[in-house]
Amino acid sequence: MNLVYINSANGLSKAALETVTYAKKLGADVAVVTNANAAAEQLATLGAYGASVVLQDANIDGQDPSQLVKLVAAAAAKVGASNIIFSHDLIGKAVAPRLSVRLKAGLVAGAVALPEADGSTKVNVFSGKAFGYVKVNTAVRIISLLPNSIQPEQTGGNCSTEAFDSQAGSSAISVKATKKPEGAIPLPEAELVVSAGRGLKGPENWGMVEDLAAALGAATACSRPVADIGWRPHHEHVGQTGVAIRPNLYIAAGISGAIQHLAGVNGSKVIVVINTDAEAPFFKAADYGIVGDAFEVLPRFTEAVKRFRAAQH
Amino acid sequence: MNILVCISKAPDTTSKIAFTNGNTQFDENGVQYIVNPYDEWYALVRALELKEAQGGNVTIITVGTTADDAVIRKALAIGADDAVRIDAPASDAYFVAMQIAEYAKGKGFDLILTGKETIDYNGSQVAGMLAEALELPYIAIATKLDVAGSTISCEREIVGGMQEVEVQAPAVISCAKGMAEQRIPNMRGIMAARTKPLNVVAPAALDALTTYSTYSMPAAKSSVQLIDPNNLDELVALLHNEAKVI
Ligand SMILES: Cc1cc2nc3c(=O)[nH]c(=O)nc-3n(C[C@H](O)[C@H](O)[C@H](O)COP(=O)(O)OP(=O)(O)OC[C@H]3O[C@@H](n4cnc5c(N)ncnc54)[C@H](O)[C@@H]3O)c2cc1C
Repeated sequence: MNLVYINSANGLSKAALETVTYAKKLGADVAVVTNANAAAEQLATLGAYGASVVLQDANIDGQDPSQLVKLVAAAAAKVGASNIIFSHDLIGKAVAPRLSVRLKAGLVAGAVALPEADGSTKVNVFSGKAFGYVKVNTAVRIISLLPNSIQPEQTGGNCSTEAFDSQAGSSAISVKATKKPEGAIPLPEAELVVSAGRGLKGPENWGMVEDLAAALGAATACSRPVADIGWRPHHEHVGQTGVAIRPNLYIAAGISGAIQHLAGVNGSKVIVVINTDAEAPFFKAADYGIVGDAFEVLPRFTEAVKRFRAAQH
Repeated sequence: MNILVCISKAPDTTSKIAFTNGNTQFDENGVQYIVNPYDEWYALVRALELKEAQGGNVTIITVGTTADDAVIRKALAIGADDAVRIDAPASDAYFVAMQIAEYAKGKGFDLILTGKETIDYNGSQVAGMLAEALELPYIAIATKLDVAGSTISCEREIVGGMQEVEVQAPAVISCAKGMAEQRIPNMRGIMAARTKPLNVVAPAALDALTTYSTYSMPAAKSSVQLIDPNNLDELVALLHNEAKVI
């Protein structure tokens, strides 16, 4: 049996569908364990992605990794899991390592593909500058899957939902406040990203970045100096010392393409670079390039996207 | 307050990444090692700020060989009081975390800090493993950290936002941008670091749970296709028809 942990507190995320698809493709039946009180009908839709049963402990809110690790360990024991899959998101990063110690089971952190024929699993290393192939030396294997590494796939199938009391105790972490910008797309999960750097000259010019992002349905990101000077929030900083992302489309305006920036974004499927300097290093990593002034190109780009979207309807 | 800061060495961010021995080993030829930026800029500096404000001691710990003494001295120069090196190559995250847990057990640390990940293996694993081994609460990827009495308050990243949380000490916290600002060591710090205690400890008998069988490099990008800045409709059409991303 393969076991997948998902957090269903805010419904089923794309990351949740990716992990269930991944577990199905590993072979064997798939059980899902989740905290929070998502509706049973909604959880049952995971059947289409390959789950055969969902175990739900509605008494755990998911704020404390030391509770979640007990939940997943109890579910793993119940179903006899040989592979345990997480998304390599903020919850997976907190819980999967704890589980590795609790079960003494090797962890592949940040997998980007299904295991190879020799049993090793590909991960990003050196912040995306290279790949490593990790072998787990234990009978049970834990894998956390980097978001956007595989596409959710419906194979059809039915799934039952069971209440599951994992006896995970109480939470040691008390939550004082939660800030979630309305409608914002979490950067690590975003398929389309519009990013800008120091070439934008000041925070007052980000309107054109946001306009393009809104027209595309993209998340926004930035280079490190832009976050350091406080033009943009820290969580938008991508690169070797920021968030590593692998969207389908990464649009970079006014970013030079320093090696530390590229490290966090070169897993992107397609890269578009807009820069006034034809010699900017980013063009070497780009699929499409525009040598031009972002102040002119971004608004035109937004208009072109709007025309395209209008023509599609 | 007694704070333990876990530090790792990491190749300088401009290092050329290559592999040897049939792509089974990182090629260290010409590579300069630095203190992993998250460990240095955020975990260590915030630990020092807390100590300066409230008193206490900041110990740094790493699992590594004598080759790592240079990065240990760098962290001491920034201001840590003393250092521990568990004398063994860091074979995987589990091995590292369990060695540190063995050392930290029963020593009464109020806070154990790590960086949010290393910039070489990027696993984000050691802190969570350490917390489980020591049966402590864990706040992952914190961007703010304050301590008042035995209450630790943090801001942490959550999927799609931020959260303010509290936990009772002792706890393990992994540290990210926002928590502190990088400090450049001064001459006095560098001189003092030479004589600060570096305690070399024999490793516990433990096995790693994982190994890297091989490495590979990403395929080289084909050369860029340049688009006329006055013809953005062409770019949009290419993104739709050719790249199929919109
Ligand atoms: C240890 C370390 C870690 C680092 N980690 C990161 C990281 O994680 N992420 C990161 O991004 N950086 C990181 N850096 C910094 C990195 O080296 C670069 O300094 C940084 O990425 C540069 O940001 P930028 O491209 O926005 O600015 P700049 O290098 O100043 O480039 C601005 C670009 O904008 C172009 N431009 C100017 N005006 C216009 C215009 N009107 N229209 C279009 N283009 C224009 C210029 O030609 C130039 O190419 C790190 C550095 C170090 C030492």
